Amino acid sequence: MSASAKPIANTRSVTGIPTARLITWWVIASEIVIFGGLLAAYIMHRIGHPEWAEAASHTNTWAGAFNTLVLLTSSLCAVSAHKAADAMDGPRAAKLLRLTALGGLLFLTIKGFEWTKDIHEGFVISSGGFWSFYYVLAGLHGLHVLAGMIIMLIVASDAAKNQELQRVECIGLYWHFVDIVWIFLFPLLYIAR
Amino acid sequence: MSGEVQHAEAGFFKKYLWSTDHKMIAMQYMFTGMAMALIGGYFAYVFRMQLGFPNQHVPGYGIVTPARYNALVTMHGSIMIFWVAMPVLIAAFGNFLIPLMVGCDDMAFPRINRLSYQIFLVSAIVLLASFLVKGGAFGGAWTAYPPLSANGAYNLTPLGSVLWLLAVALEFVAFLLGGINFTVTAMNSRAPGMKMYDIPLIVWMIVLASVIFMASAGPLIAGAVMLLFDQTMSTGFYDPTRGGDPLLWQHLFWFFGHPEVYVVLLPAMGIVAEVIAVFARKKIFGYKTVLYTTWAVGFLSFVVWAHHQFVAGIDPRMANIFSITTLMISVPITEMVFLYIATLYGGSITLGTPMLWALGFIAEFLIGGVTGIFLGSSGTDIYLHDTYFVIAHFHYTFVPIAIIAVFAGITFWYPKMFGTMLNDTLGKIHFWGTVIPFNVIFIPLFITGTAGDQRRVYSYAQFAEQSRPALQHLRTTSTIALLVMLSFQFVFLFNFFWSLRNGKKAGPNPWRSTTLEWSVPSPPPHGNFSELPTVYRGPYEYGLPGRADDFTPQNVPE
Amino acid sequence: MWERYATASSTYAHSIDHLFILIAVVVGFWLLAAEGMMFFLIFKFRAKDGRPTQYITGEEKHLKRWISIPHYLIMVCDIVIVAGAIMVWYQIKQVMPPADATVRVIGQQWAWSFQQPGPGGVLDTADDIRTVGELHVVVNTTYHFELMSRDVIHSFAVPAFRLKQDALPGRTITGWFTPNRVGTYDIQCTQMCGIGHALMAGRIIVETPQDHAAWLQRNSSPAVAEQVALPASAPGAGSTIAEVRR
Ligand code: HEA
Ligand code: HEA
Ligand code: CUA
Ligand SMILES: [Cu+2]
Repeated sequence: MSASAKPIANTRSVTGIPTARLITWWVIASEIVIFGGLLAAYIMHRIGHPEWAEAASHTNTWAGAFNTLVLLTSSLCAVSAHKAADAMDGPRAAKLLRLTALGGLLFLTIKGFEWTKDIHEGFVISSGGFWSFYYVLAGLHGLHVLAGMIIMLIVASDAAKNQELQRVECIGLYWHFVDIVWIFLFPLLYIAR
Repeated sequence: MSGEVQHAEAGFFKKYLWSTDHKMIAMQYMFTGMAMALIGGYFAYVFRMQLGFPNQHVPGYGIVTPARYNALVTMHGSIMIFWVAMPVLIAAFGNFLIPLMVGCDDMAFPRINRLSYQIFLVSAIVLLASFLVKGGAFGGAWTAYPPLSANGAYNLTPLGSVLWLLAVALEFVAFLLGGINFTVTAMNSRAPGMKMYDIPLIVWMIVLASVIFMASAGPLIAGAVMLLFDQTMSTGFYDPTRGGDPLLWQHLFWFFGHPEVYVVLLPAMGIVAEVIAVFARKKIFGYKTVLYTTWAVGFLSFVVWAHHQFVAGIDPRMANIFSITTLMISVPITEMVFLYIATLYGGSITLGTPMLWALGFIAEFLIGGVTGIFLGSSGTDIYLHDTYFVIAHFHYTFVPIAIIAVFAGITFWYPKMFGTMLNDTLGKIHFWGTVIPFNVIFIPLFITGTAGDQRRVYSYAQFAEQSRPALQHLRTTSTIALLVMLSFQFVFLFNFFWSLRNGKKAGPNPWRSTTLEWSVPSPPPHGNFSELPTVYRGPYEYGLPGRADDFTPQNVPE
Repeated sequence: MWERYATASSTYAHSIDHLFILIAVVVGFWLLAAEGMMFFLIFKFRAKDGRPTQYITGEEKHLKRWISIPHYLIMVCDIVIVAGAIMVWYQIKQVMPPADATVRVIGQQWAWSFQQPGPGGVLDTADDIRTVGELHVVVNTTYHFELMSRDVIHSFAVPAFRLKQDALPGRTITGWFTPNRVGTYDIQCTQMCGIGHALMAGRIIVETPQDHAAWLQRNSSPAVAEQVALPASAPGAGSTIAEVRR
């Protein structure tokens, strides 16, 4: 299929930024405004409703904290994967990427346990303002983690064959973004009382 | 190309739905947009008939019940903005022109490009499907204010409202993907020598529009997610009885909604710039100033949104701030329009069909613009809000944009797209047959609006003041004018498809124009340029002193 | 102004109409100027053989003036318009002249209902008068309204008064109006509120103190009416006009 053959357009770099990295930045930018809108809405409501603090106190801060740690370490793997890719060491980059994805899996598993607990205690998405935001924000973030993992595994399988190594950096960037979003969510959802 | 359009049998799927060629994707967007325009126009016909001849059987539809009326209006608005203006102005022209005009062989990410169209197509199907579900299509206006939109018990279209929301969300995703692709291509894939200020205005405008869209749509996507959960998971984001706030949606919607109107305005402005430059044989008057005003508009468009909510229950003091910002934005737009008019000075103007449309755009848009001032002034908006004055205002902006400017673009680039010329006489007939009725449709609506006709009302029988004969006459006039306007659209459709086969061959550069797309055969081959061009000068070098020709293409060496 | 199309029957109706005219004059001038200039240029510079096009960048000082001067003039016009807009807005939406009476306006799918003080003259008392689709008020009397909604967003609009205010569920929004002409006027709902939106009409009946007293009497026990029908009338009216005039 002609699509797989890269157009010249894709190989040019007038700005000096490689095309792949440039589009990654734009994707991240467009995601920032989405999460930005949601967070802004949440913060406004949270200020308007002090009583939500009570609900918030039911969240499991330790699980949240540990998840933060998990994501941060996984980001670290992503960084070294990027290093490996720069050193043209595809297989190593692939390994590290798969490790990163594993981090994502761990994160989601913990989330899964958390949510089952919350739901058993009767805190579902319709149990009130805080919980609605809690599930929507964390859920949307979770989806991004999942998407990141899938893309990462695809990129890894290419990288293992030393193909498309520039993508290693891009998915890394994206992963850092997902990470940073969580850095915002954790205090706002778990700690803020 | 033309041949292919006719008999679509041969490998239809692979060629028309699975192609990654930016030109084919442009066609996909344009023809989808056209089809939707006809549907949106048909809806306008139906509900205008109801308004012009209340409670009569509408030929080709039937009786218009209140519920159906609301659904028709809502869908008309949604379709015309999201499934006509956006795909045609941004996606169709953007896809076709950007790679050609910046001198490369395709979009930077062809497969993302293809995905963008496919998502868009799905969104269109989802939207139209909502007419078939139980309860019918959503009727809560294109602004979809909760709690009405959030609760099936209120809007009585529990499924329709969900499908409407999904369709809009999908459409947004499609245009985020497309817009990012445009931006990256224009930033990174320009031909050697094409500096920032050598980029044709339309490329600038489409890219800036995409960026504005991206920056404004995000919060609404978030808002849409919340609304979706309110509809389906009984959350209470917008439900005041459960700690939610209906005004939150209005802020998110208009924070997107107002920039959106400039998102569609800018590409139209771009098309008009290209056409005027060519047919006046003139360099755009103050090219850089046009860009500065565009940036100013882009920036200001993010700080005026609450002028849609003056009387919506926001803090009255806020209204003053937004009145000021709203009138501020009139300054750069005024300047932009004046620069276009100034471009005519000293030119050698010929009134080909595209030029008629372009000049028509300016003439009509000015009216739409100035009437915006009446609404931007909070004092008068108390009375005019949600009256037909608003309707007339934004049709005097939208129709010039999504119909008039689009026709300018189509008639101008048709030779490049299909390799044949449109018939000029039919073109001129279509122009006058569209623009004159257009004014007869909407000028009466300014009057009924100032007389207090409110929007989204299928019949004024309940309102003694509104059902005076004087006003009903105006409504009927407007409806009849619409019938005329619509009938003239068949001239266009005939011309369009007839010329594919029978129009005279165009040759690479029928308008003797300077930008890169005219340096390749019409229609451009796969890969566009036989050898990729280098750019030596700005886009509008007409009448350069000491030259044989009155135009000097961008890719011609000194 | 457009009396023929929309009667002006409240004290602030005319301030809105006059602002409308001001804007119409200002932008109308520019509209005509712009359109005129455009058609003039189209005609003057139509293609003639033997007259080549001129090479103009738009940077030339003597030509730039044609953009920069209008630019500043428009700014001035904008300031004038904003000033007018804010003055009118302030008068109508930001300050409330003291009330002679208060009524409660409740929107719901798809009807307006009203609650106003009975002969006792105070809201939320036993003798309150509740009406549906019809609001009876006294001419030249300043009313405060408490606007609320039972379900979705509605908008309380009285074209003849140039009055419009959305009604939000879960909030009470206050506003005011002073009818200054006897008559019967439409109440519209101007916010899409479901399939009955177009049917959500009401009438507002502006009557003389005498007629209103009579109406009150008809709608409440005669005994109570007698005592209070009179004070509710003339003096109150006089004072309100004074209130609003300054
Ligand atoms: C692309 C479409 C488009 C464009 C370009 C505009 C342009 C403008 N619009 Fe409009 N508008 C809409 C589409 C558009 N609008 C839509 C769809 C709605 C209704 C949504 C809904 O409720 O369904 C709406 C509604 C709307 C409202 C809310 C009305 C209400 O609901 O109560 C307001 C209020 O401020 C407004 C103002 C303006 C202003 C000030 C401009 C300015 O940008 C105009 C600037 C241009 C000029 C001013 C003309 C050129 C200048 C001159 C000729 C010089 C003379 C001028 C001066 C002296 C100031 N618009
Ligand atoms: C781009 C935007 C756009 C366009 C072009 C139009 C076009 C028209 N609109 Fe509409 N309209 C809206 C956007 C638009 N509208 C919106 C946002 C609303 C508010 C909805 C709401 O309140 O929720 C609205 C509401 C609205 C109302 C108010 C209904 C009510 O409140 O009760 C009315 C009433 O007359 C109306 C009439 C018309 C008419 C007669 C046209 C005519 O100009 C239509 C003529 C049709 C055509 C000219 C199509 C022909 C096209 C072709 C032949 C193909 C051309 C090819 C391409 C375009 C590629 N529109
Ligand atoms: Cu109530 Cu419309
Ligand atoms: Cu706006």
